[in-house]
Amino acid sequence: MDGMEGYTVKVDVFEGPLDLLLHLIKQNQLDIYDIPIALVTEQYLEYIRIMKALDLTVAGEFLVMAATLMYIKSRMLLPAPSEEVEEEGEDPRAELIQRLVEYKRFKEAAIHLSHQALLGVDVFIRPAEEIEVDTGEIAADLFHLIDALRALLEREEVKDFHEVTLELVTLRERMRELYERFQGTKEAVSFFSLFTGSSREELIVTFLALLELVKSGMLRAYQREVFGPLWVTRAAIATA
Amino acid sequence: MQQHEFKGVIESLLFANQHPLTIDNIIRIVGDEVEKKVVKGLLAELMAEYRGMERSFHLVEVGEGYQFRTKTEYAPWIRSLHKIKPARLRQSALETLAIVAYRQPVVRAEVEQIRGVDSGWVLNSLLEKGLVKILGRKEVPGRPLVYGTDRRFLEVFGLRDLSGLPTIQELDALKEEEQAEAPPEPIIEEEEGAA
Repeated sequence: MDGMEGYTVKVDVFEGPLDLLLHLIKQNQLDIYDIPIALVTEQYLEYIRIMKALDLTVAGEFLVMAATLMYIKSRMLLPAPSEEVEEEGEDPRAELIQRLVEYKRFKEAAIHLSHQALLGVDVFIRPAEEIEVDTGEIAADLFHLIDALRALLEREEVKDFHEVTLELVTLRERMRELYERFQGTKEAVSFFSLFTGSSREELIVTFLALLELVKSGMLRAYQREVFGPLWVTRAAIATA
Repeated sequence: MQQHEFKGVIESLLFANQHPLTIDNIIRIVGDEVEKKVVKGLLAELMAEYRGMERSFHLVEVGEGYQFRTKTEYAPWIRSLHKIKPARLRQSALETLAIVAYRQPVVRAEVEQIRGVDSGWVLNSLLEKGLVKILGRKEVPGRPLVYGTDRRFLEVFGLRDLSGLPTIQELDALKEEEQAEAPPEPIIEEEEGAA
C-alpha cells in the first residue's frame, strides 16, 4: 500500500468521512495542521462521486462532511473582514483540524490494540473443565434402591429377632429424623450408613422413609458411577 | 508452611484456574498469614522461573491478575488443534474500543462525535463480546448509557490493567510509518451481530 495508485480505491475500507480525510492527507503528504482545503475538498468529492458510480450507498455522514468542506472552502476564499481580526481561532479549518487530530489519535490507539497478541488467536490458556459438584452423578431409580435394600438385609449382622414390640420407630418419625439429618448440610451420605438399627423392621422403616423423602423431592439418591454405591443428599432445590 | 511451599500452592492455583488470579484471590485461599508482599514476590519468582525455563508457555500478568499462557509462536499449531481461524476485530470495533478504553466512562454520543459515524451497532457488538460493559446511565436529559471496558478486554488484549495502555503522548510518538502499515494479519471479521 503505497498510495500511488491514484483512484483505485477500496472505498469500503473507510470508516467514515474523517477516515477518508486522513487518507487524503496522508496520500498527499499534507500537514494536518495546515490543510489545503481546496485540494482536499476536490479529492474528497471525487471519492464520493466514485462511491456513487460504484453504486455504493454513501452514508449521510460523508455528505455532511462534503458540505462542511465546501463551507470551509468558501470561508477561506472570502477575504477576512478586516486585517486586525487576526486571531488564531479565526481559521475556519480549526474545528475540523481538531476533530481530525483527535480521530487520528484513536485510530493510532486502535492500531496499537490490533498489534496486541490476542487471547484465543495468538495466545491460549488451558480450557477449563466445568467443575460441577454433581459431576458424574446418576440418578438412582427404585430398582437401585431395592437392590440396595436387599444387600442390606443380606448382611450378616442383621438379626431377625421377631420381637413383638412393633413400631419401635414410626415411619413418620423416621422421615422427620432423616429429613433433619440433612438440614443445613449439602454433604452426601452413603446409603448404608443411614441404616443404624439392626432389626429388620427398623431397616424397612428407614428404607420406606427414604423412599418417601426421595419421592417427595426432599432428598436425592444417586450413584457416582454405574453399579457404584448409593449416596443420599439433600435435594438441591427443595420442592415446596 | 515454608515460603517455597507457598510457591507451590500458588503455582497449583494458577495452573488449575482458567481466569487470571489476583493477589487478593490467592490470599483468600492461602490465608492472611502470608503477606501480600510475599505473595507478590513469589509470583515474581514463578514468572522468572518460567521465563528461565524457556517453556512454550509462561506466567504473565494480565487482567489485573496472573495467568499461564502459551507463547505467540505456538499459535498456528494451537489454532489448528482447536480448528479455529484467526478472527480479529474490525477497524470499526478497534476504534470504538480504543475510544471507550481511553475515554471511559463514555456515552455513545461522545464515541460518535470522535469517529464521525454512527457507532451504536459497534458498541452493541462489543457488549456482546463482553469487551465493553455498561457502567450505568448519565444523569443528563435522555439518561444515555455509560460505557466502560470490561475486565475481559484486558484479558483478551493481554493487558495487565488499563494503565498498560500507552498514554496519548506515547501514541502521538508512534510515528506515521507505523500508521502506514496495515495490521499484522488480514482483518477477518467475526460474525457481526448487526444492531
